Formats: sequence, structure tokens, C-alpha cells
Amino acid sequence: MSVAATARRRKRVNPLQRAERRQAIGFISPALLGLAVFTVLPVGLAIVMSVYDWPIFGEREFIGLGNYAELLSKSPDFWPSLRNSFLFALGYVPLNLVISLGLALMLSARIRGRAIFRVLFFIPVVTPMVANAMVWRLMLQPAGPLNGISEAMFGITLPNFLVDKNWAMISIIVMSVWAGMGYNMLIFTAALEQVPASVIEAAELDGAHGFTMLWRIVLPMISPSVFFASVMTIISALQVFTQPQLLTNGGPGTSTVPLVMFIYNTGFKFHDLGLAAAAAWLLFAIIISLTAVQFRAQSRWVHYEH
Amino acid sequence: MSTDAGRVEDTRDVLSLGRPGTILAWVSVVVAGVLFASPLIYAFFSALKPANEVLATPPSLIGSEVRWSNFLEVFTYAPFGTYILNSFLVSIAGVCTVLVVSTTAGYAFGRLRWPGRDIVFVLFLGTLMVPQEVLVIPMFVVMQWFGWVNTFPSLVFPWAFTAFGTFLMRQFFRGIPWELEEAARVDGAGPVRTFLQVILPLAGSAIAVLAVFTFINYWNSYLWPLITVNDYKALGTLPIGLASFSNQTGTRWDLLMAASMISILPTTLLVILLQRHLIKGIATSGLGGR
Repeated sequence: MSVAATARRRKRVNPLQRAERRQAIGFISPALLGLAVFTVLPVGLAIVMSVYDWPIFGEREFIGLGNYAELLSKSPDFWPSLRNSFLFALGYVPLNLVISLGLALMLSARIRGRAIFRVLFFIPVVTPMVANAMVWRLMLQPAGPLNGISEAMFGITLPNFLVDKNWAMISIIVMSVWAGMGYNMLIFTAALEQVPASVIEAAELDGAHGFTMLWRIVLPMISPSVFFASVMTIISALQVFTQPQLLTNGGPGTSTVPLVMFIYNTGFKFHDLGLAAAAAWLLFAIIISLTAVQFRAQSRWVHYEH
Repeated sequence: MSTDAGRVEDTRDVLSLGRPGTILAWVSVVVAGVLFASPLIYAFFSALKPANEVLATPPSLIGSEVRWSNFLEVFTYAPFGTYILNSFLVSIAGVCTVLVVSTTAGYAFGRLRWPGRDIVFVLFLGTLMVPQEVLVIPMFVVMQWFGWVNTFPSLVFPWAFTAFGTFLMRQFFRGIPWELEEAARVDGAGPVRTFLQVILPLAGSAIAVLAVFTFINYWNSYLWPLITVNDYKALGTLPIGLASFSNQTGTRWDLLMAASMISILPTTLLVILLQRHLIKGIATSGLGGR
């Protein structure tokens, strides 16, 4: 740009506007600086790390796509951990959505103590997941209350939930639904309160009630919220870590090690940060593509008001 | 929107179930509520039992004696005083950082005019797509470079600059009438004074919601402290302290439950006290699910 052009441009900006721009830079710089250091830099670094053999301490070595190749073809734990993450999501997401929607529907009726129940179902969402997991570890012990009650009342000995290979993942899913579904319940509650009374009344006049009302009227009306909730719930399911770490520690064997635990173990137990970074990229790619697929499919079932 | 919400606040039943249906819904909710609460209730009473009775068969809700002293023994058995203090310090430092960064940046994006603003904002929001689980590995290396591994700042700053708070504050600031700001300008106030004396005081409720959710996120954070803290006795936060406590003390379920109840208490109280604001915050912004 020539000096003359710059000068002309300057002229069009009055001093007040120039002051506002200067101050905007001041207001924005803490956030931009922080984001550069703590998000942009790590993202860039993650790309570099994923093509290096990068131990926590010691010499680093460029190995091209070696880490990715190792994950996809050699690492004995990567595919199982991916499978475990998907198994978890497959159980967790539908259960979470169905139960939270069911509760939101029941709580939308004019019943006593609605506010109290809403807060109750929401509490585990905001308490430390570590503490929630401890509570459930006690519940699910062989000598714990669940099995104790079953034995005392029915004479039936329940399986050892946290170490039985058929039950460990189910236990993690159930516990996670308990801890997480209050969030979606609130999203759905808010959506249900926005459904206009006139629509419900009109449908009533046409003879709709119960299941027909739910399927034909209510669900389409709140479909944007259902869409939002399912996208967010799938993302959070693929990030599961704390619950299996504390309930089963990935066991029995590696049957409940999800992808994030694989990343954590690879990086901080086996000190292979490069391999962990590569696995993290694969996780990111999976999350982004699943989300993209959902956005493309939404026109089939999500109705937005125009 | 507020009028809409007001009109339907006392909701009619959306499924037109009628009276028997409503009664059925109520019974189902009560049953679900009792089932839902029972692990927490049982855990609380377990925290009051003598150590050897927690796993007794057949199980009972109340042990042979009620030992409130368990809640004190937790502090002598493990450095729980330190864990709690650290958790509070980290959470409060995190809240302060997030509030300063989010309100200033939200003001620049929402109320000031500068070239490239909207493009920068979109890029800014784009960073929200990268989940924490993807960032922890390189973030650890950044901490190594800074010499921050196993330090207090590493618990606070890495996650204090996410675009989320900025987004929330921008949305709120844009809803404030421009006339107020113009009046301040006419009186000779620059952007800094307008921000401090006009905009911020009006944003109290949004700031409170952001503060509470930020506090909850820091308070519950587990994966990152697990990575960056080695010296639990000095820098352990409640979640990692609780997790390591459970590994050391396999058999002291009474103390483990007491410690769990202690760590559940602050955020539970926050939610109960501020339920209206938080529920509204979640409903309008999909906030807090991280």
C-alpha cells in the first residue's frame, strides 16, 4: 500500500474511532494472548509432536507418520480402546437421552415438588465426578448394599459388577447416566416450556394425546434441543475417562479402557507423548466427523421454526 | 422470550395425559427420585458408621453408632485440609482470571467497533471445537517449557482462556441498550470508564452465572491436575486427593465416604442456592456441560 493511500485511509477514520480501535486492542489482548499461548500453541505443538518420537524426558526424533502407523497397525491397545469408547457411547447416549427426556416430560406436568426433583436430578452433574464414582464404587462392591439387599431379600447373589467382564462396562454406563443425565433433562425441560399452548390445544382438538402427541407434536417441536443434546452427549461420551479410571481402572484386563485413558496411559505411564498426541488427533478426527455427519443428517428430522 | 417463559412457567401437561396420567407421572417421578437419590443417601450414612460396619451384611442404613467424628478424622488421616484449601484457591483464581478475560474480550467483541472484529470472533469460537482431552498432551509440554509442571499456575491458567466465557459475555453485552452507553459517552466517559461504570454493573447476573460454572469446572477438574501435579501433599486438589486416598486406604470406606460428601457439598450448595439463575443460564446457552 502506498503512503498516499494509507494517508487517505487514515483521513476517513476520525480521531474518536481511532481511539476506540486502540482501546479495543487493549480490551481484547488478554484473551487473544491467552488463547494464543494456551490453545493455538498446544494445537500446533500437538501436530508437531504427533510426527515425533517424543518421550517425556530425553531425545526427540522425527519419525514422520510412524506414530499413526503404530497406532493403526501395531499398538495392541489402540483398537480395543476405540472399541470400548464406542461401546460406552452406544450404551450411554441413548440411555441418557431417553431417561432425561422421559423425566423432563413427566416433570412438565403440573406435579408437586417439580422444582425439588429438577434440582435433585441435576446435583450429580455439578459434583466432582471423582466423588460420584466413589459413591458408586461402594454401592457396587460385592459386600456393598446392592448385593447385600439382593441377598437378604431375595437370596440372589449378584455378579461382582466392577470386575466381571460382562458387567464392568454396563456398570460404568449406568453410573455415568446417573451422573450426567440431569444436564439434558434441564435442556429438554426448557425446550418443553417453549412449546406454545395453542399448538397443544389444537392437537388436542384433533384428538391427539399420549404417545401420538409425543411422537407427532411434542418431539418435532423440541427437535432442535434433542439435536443439540445428542451432539453434545456423543461428544462427551467419547471423552469419558474419570468413571472407568476410578470404577474399574480399565479392567478386567483392558475391557473398560476408553480412548482417553489410552491417551493418558500412553503419555504419562509409558512416557510416549508423541504416540499419545497422535492418538489424541485421531480422537479429535472421530469427534469432528461424527459431529459433521450429525449436522448433515439433521435436515431429515430437526425442525426449526422460521 | 421472557414473556413466553412467564406465560408457560406453570406448565400444562404437554402430552394431554389428563388427571390419571398426571398422577401416574407423579408416582413415576417420586420412584425415580428415590432410586436416584439412594446412592447419595446411603453414602452419607456410610460416612457416619464405624469403619468395620460399612460393608456389613446384611446392609443397614444406620450403624451401631453415629460417628460424626469421621468427618474430622478425614483431616488427620490424609491432608484433606490442604486439598480443600488448594481446590478453593485454584477455583477462585480460575474464576477471577476467567471473569477478567471474558468481560474485557466480550466488551471488545460486543460493543466496540474495530476492523476485522467479526472474523476474529469466528476464529475465536472455532477454538471451542478442540476438546480438553486433545490438548492435555501438548499442554503438558508447554508447562515443561514454562517450568510450570507441579506448580500452582499450571492448575489455573491453561484452561482460563477458553472462548466460552467471552462468547457468553459478548452475547449478554450486545443486549444492553446502546442509549446507556451513548449517554455515558456524551458525558465524556471513554470506553474504559463506560465498561467499568455502565456495562459491568448491568451484567451482574451473567457474570454470576459464568462465575458459578467456572468455579464448578475448576472444582471438579480431575484429568489435568492428575497430569500436572506430582506432589499431592503440597498441591493436591480435592478430586485427585480423593482418588489417591481411595488407593491408599482400601478398607476405610467410612472416611472415603466422609471425604466424598465433603467434596460434594460446596457445588451442591451453589446449585441449590442459585437454582433459578443456573437453570436459566443452561436453558439459554447450553452452558456448563464441560
